[in-house]
Amino acid sequence: MYRVNHNEKHLADEFMANPFGRPSPELQRVLIVFRGEPVAGKYVLVCTKPFKEWALAELGGKRGEPVKLLGERFTSLEEAERYVFRKRWKKYTGHDLA
Amino acid sequence: MNIIGYSDRISVRAGETIRFMVSCERPVSYRADLVRVVCGDLNPAGPGYREVEIDSPINGQYEGRRQPLLCGSYAIVEGARLAEVRSLCVQAMVWPTRPRGKEQVLLSHWSGEQAAGYELVIDVSGAVALRLGDGSGRVELVSTELPIREREWCLVGASVDTEAKRVVLHQQQQIACERSTTSAVIERSVAILPATTGGPLLIAARLAGRSPDGRCLTEAHYNGKIDSPRLSGRALTAAEMIQLFQRRVPQHLRPDVVAAWDFSLEIPAQRIIDVSGNGLHGTLVNLPARAMTGYNWSASEMRWSSALQEYGAIHFHDDGVYDAGWQSDFALTVPQGMPSGSYAVHLRAGDDEDYLPFFVRCETGKPSAKLLYIAQTATYMAYANLSFTFTASAAELLANRLIVVQPWEEHLNAHPELGLSLYDDHSDGSGVCYSSRLRPILNMRPKVQTSTAGLGSMLWGYNADTHLTDWLEASGYAFDVITDEDLHAEGIEILRHYRTVMTGTHPEYYSEPMLDALKAYTERGGRLMYMGGNGFYWRIAYHPVLPGAIEVRRAEDGTRAWLARPGEYYHSFSGELGGLWRRQDRPPQRLVGTGFIAQGFDLSTGYHRTPASENPRVAFAFEGIDRDEPIGYFGLIGGGAAGLEVDIVDPRLGTPPHTLVVAHSDELPDSFLLVNEEQLINTPDVMGSTNPRIRSDLAFF
Repeated sequence: MYRVNHNEKHLADEFMANPFGRPSPELQRVLIVFRGEPVAGKYVLVCTKPFKEWALAELGGKRGEPVKLLGERFTSLEEAERYVFRKRWKKYTGHDLA
Repeated sequence: MNIIGYSDRISVRAGETIRFMVSCERPVSYRADLVRVVCGDLNPAGPGYREVEIDSPINGQYEGRRQPLLCGSYAIVEGARLAEVRSLCVQAMVWPTRPRGKEQVLLSHWSGEQAAGYELVIDVSGAVALRLGDGSGRVELVSTELPIREREWCLVGASVDTEAKRVVLHQQQQIACERSTTSAVIERSVAILPATTGGPLLIAARLAGRSPDGRCLTEAHYNGKIDSPRLSGRALTAAEMIQLFQRRVPQHLRPDVVAAWDFSLEIPAQRIIDVSGNGLHGTLVNLPARAMTGYNWSASEMRWSSALQEYGAIHFHDDGVYDAGWQSDFALTVPQGMPSGSYAVHLRAGDDEDYLPFFVRCETGKPSAKLLYIAQTATYMAYANLSFTFTASAAELLANRLIVVQPWEEHLNAHPELGLSLYDDHSDGSGVCYSSRLRPILNMRPKVQTSTAGLGSMLWGYNADTHLTDWLEASGYAFDVITDEDLHAEGIEILRHYRTVMTGTHPEYYSEPMLDALKAYTERGGRLMYMGGNGFYWRIAYHPVLPGAIEVRRAEDGTRAWLARPGEYYHSFSGELGGLWRRQDRPPQRLVGTGFIAQGFDLSTGYHRTPASENPRVAFAFEGIDRDEPIGYFGLIGGGAAGLEVDIVDPRLGTPPHTLVVAHSDELPDSFLLVNEEQLINTPDVMGSTNPRIRSDLAFF
């Protein structure tokens, strides 16, 4: 099974440059790992002001469990994507992204 | 969201009355105003949100009240004969889907207030148990203490001999070759006898009381199938219990049998039939699933109407809902001269608001425009209260970006009683095959966004369609509106007065009369503009009698959120085979030239013209557009005109030979994957950049 590796940091650079671009096949493979996480504890955004502000949260994992707000707020979806990508990169590779 | 509501109708015309039901979580005074919905998109990069307030006698201030929504499906039986039962035997075949964790009632003749009666349950541990109450506060529970197997048929029964004061419990698993047995026969002496209760008998729930307006309040709902429940007025032997599972009550048991329900009778109806001769027929509440395979299904027949005797099961769910049944707060009689269009009642209570949308149509045969727009209300109902973002890990993969939870989704998550969409699973993991509009539908509203719709405005269904009608209005095209329900009910008659008929952005769910109407219209020379993707895909059935209910059976092909079980592909509402229209030899390509090929929910792209676009037949469509001009490389949904769910022509599937493919989309991203029905043998070329068939075609014929 494919594992995300810090040696592939160029893929993180590609994502950071344009979180909503068309990812290369290699980057898409990283994103499949990151975005395919189980529901419990999965990062989501909560729309706090439509088209203006989003709050970071995680899912409870079962229907009926409220989302848990984590404190961070973003005024752009790109910034939110970058933030979560950094968190996940650390989780899967053990390395911080500069 | 302190204020929500719904209406009894979705389509009305002059002189007809539509009622609005409103509930406020905390009682407050609220304001209601009639509005015309122009554009529901709040995106500042778009044309701008716009609604137009309309003078109406309903506009004003109202006192809100809390109106509960009582979910969970069950059957209820009333009859004086029930109160005459002393010694007894209750029995059924059951197929439990969630047997542990909470007590679930199989059959209950119980008064909670008096602690009187009897009920056969699956207890917290998952074992079959019998509860007796003597009406003076003493209650006994006898359990087999052996957890029942999930999703396996089991004979369950309990007999009470009032003279001997003995109870016998039966739990007989119906699968052979079991290593670890889950069958048991328990015999116990009891200190008390069940008192009679004058109340009704319930199947799959317990009566917990009545609401002030007389509705049943129920609890301890059962999840799973029940087949052939019987009630006898004597403690039957094990052999007699087995004999009593025959469809016809054996002659020698007739004097003892109080009720024998045959769920294979009147399958489309919301009634259960007692074949004992005692007339203890019952009523079904909240649309439990019918036409389900029974304990004796042999798999030799797939169509329930050809083997009724093997389709005696009903699948009950603790989260099923049909009609919220709220009291009406106000009603609008549509005045003469109110233009056909998209309307809503705007409810406001402090910072909370809701919209109750509906459509005004014109008189059949008296069109006010050349163009008719069909509001795809069946598709809105299919996606009604879509709940999978909280439960499906695939949601972020589908969107290919972070899920943005919307306020309506949070409210829905906190209120499961609002019911589910045809894309969700019930709490027991079985697919939701019915949807109703007689409940608040929180995503059939202006202003709402949907995470798994394209990046940008993130619109789907009802709100996405406001882009279309807003554009028509802004461009000066007059149009009348009908809904899918009107098309289903009236067919070609409703279309034939128009030169052109236009669909919404996603006319995915079609009944046979709806499809027949469009086919007849095009064959008579009518102009049909198919403005969406993944259209004319699922066959649905409207209930023949119950208003506002549709059914889908996700059979053996297509992009499916769940999978119907073997033998359960035929609609209970109509007896028709469910599934894709394509699998029933009516592919969308035959009607509109194109059909579903791929989906992806992040980025869109644009189109470029083909040589066929130079054909004089389509000159009218390309007036003012250069031959090499890119088309639709901009927009609010993924940044392009081709995206989300895309269709191509396919002569093998019926695209007419004179079709002109006037434009192809550019290459779609790798998030766009080839649909299942196009993959017979799996090959790796299923992504946008590697498969030339993954594109969108613009077709004219």
